[in-house]
Amino acid sequence: MFGFSTDTLIDFAFTAFETIAILLAVVIAAALLIWVERRLLGVWQDRYGPNRVGPFGILQVAADMIKIFFKEDWIPPFADKAVFVIAPAIIMFTTLMAFAVVPFTETIGVVDLNIGILFVLAMSSLGVYSVILAGWSSDNKYALLGGMRTAAQMISYEVFMGLSLLGVVLLAGSFDLRAIVESQAGMWNVIPQFPAFVIFFIAGIAEIHRAPFDLPEAEQELTAGYHTEYSGMKFGMFFVGEYLGIVLISCLTTVLFFGGWLGPILPGFVWFALKAGFFICFFVLLRAATVRPRYDQLMAFGWKILLPIALVNVAITGAVVVAMA
Amino acid sequence: MLSVLRTIWMTLMHTFRKRDTVLYPEEKPYLPPRYRGRIVLTRDPDGAERCVACNLCSVACPVDCISVVKAEDESGRWYPETFRINFSRCIYCGYCEEACPTYAIQLTPDFEMGEFDRQNMVYEKSDLTISGVGKRPGYNFYRVAGMAVGGKDKGEAENEAAPIDVKTLLP
Repeated sequence: MFGFSTDTLIDFAFTAFETIAILLAVVIAAALLIWVERRLLGVWQDRYGPNRVGPFGILQVAADMIKIFFKEDWIPPFADKAVFVIAPAIIMFTTLMAFAVVPFTETIGVVDLNIGILFVLAMSSLGVYSVILAGWSSDNKYALLGGMRTAAQMISYEVFMGLSLLGVVLLAGSFDLRAIVESQAGMWNVIPQFPAFVIFFIAGIAEIHRAPFDLPEAEQELTAGYHTEYSGMKFGMFFVGEYLGIVLISCLTTVLFFGGWLGPILPGFVWFALKAGFFICFFVLLRAATVRPRYDQLMAFGWKILLPIALVNVAITGAVVVAMA
Repeated sequence: MLSVLRTIWMTLMHTFRKRDTVLYPEEKPYLPPRYRGRIVLTRDPDGAERCVACNLCSVACPVDCISVVKAEDESGRWYPETFRINFSRCIYCGYCEEACPTYAIQLTPDFEMGEFDRQNMVYEKSDLTISGVGKRPGYNFYRVAGMAVGGKDKGEAENEAAPIDVKTLLP
């Protein structure tokens, strides 16, 4: 009737269903991270964390959500209203878009773009707009300082992130994340590309500005950085956006360096969840253990240490790939 | 760089440490006997109340939460007609206990005094008085004080010699 065959319609319906399922799973995982992080921090700080609401305190997430929805949704009179409202949506949008190309198993995954990695990098670059617009529209010194820091930090670390991934791309001969996973059937990329893995992970932390690279929202100096003026669900979106970022970087690390769903005996999805979960826990451990560097130290570390290592890594990998071919 | 890895490792090892938290309502913390909590009025070993309504606790109280009204019985002994502590003001500093010359007012290891109605935080004498001696067993102020009071004359207290008659030279 519309020029579609029944097969196309079924395909379309299946893809739509799969997309929504992945979206829900990812957002729920990010929300659960609120609880996971607080419990894990408790373990590493010799205390319990939230353990009263529901079994092991897992309903704390629901309680927090109810609380945050009923808070006053305050827009400061001096803020640039339209931009102020849009800013928190951008980070959610870009991070969720990046999940579109992540292959969770052989069959699960929204889309296989042949420029998958570039798409992820592009989306995380767009995420910069969220914080810089939030900082700008708040019309608040601290917010603006936080926003500027974030922009500088994210743009710098984007460079090393992209460079560190070049080695992986060279080994796989493809930008497609699914092809990259399949190329790791013999050996996980983390072994030949160990420096790239370290750089990618560090750049990933800086990219989603988590501790120890949470300078944009350094409480001690900038009150809360770019989201100083935000409250209620708008603040909640920044919050969940950050957790989405953790999930995204963990998933990408798994896909790019640890063979994605590949693994013996257990089904692919379980392997993927185990590997990604490990990195999520490691993010929390980093927050529990490390101290925040000074801003100039952060920049110097990136440009003077990470950039040369990433460049050397690309050069050596390229030479080896050419020599083997 | 190595120090960062060492920090991460040490933090990870905290997974196996015992947790410091006391899960309060289920698990009560140990409160030492000198803990400064709910205030009580104690009695002497004979069962009579110790308080002599001297008002020193009321004066010592930095937040003015103690109100005492003095009365006198037929033997000339002072006692409090009302003794009222407003616990919604009390800061549990323990100055009243320090000021008390008869060890009547004492702080106890109990802090679970939450109320929904503020008025219920005002404790009257009947709420404050306990039947025991508290932290000072065997102490009776009038037995050791030199004052003459109901049936005990001067010089009849414990460890006390009879008063010297300063008007005579006889040994």
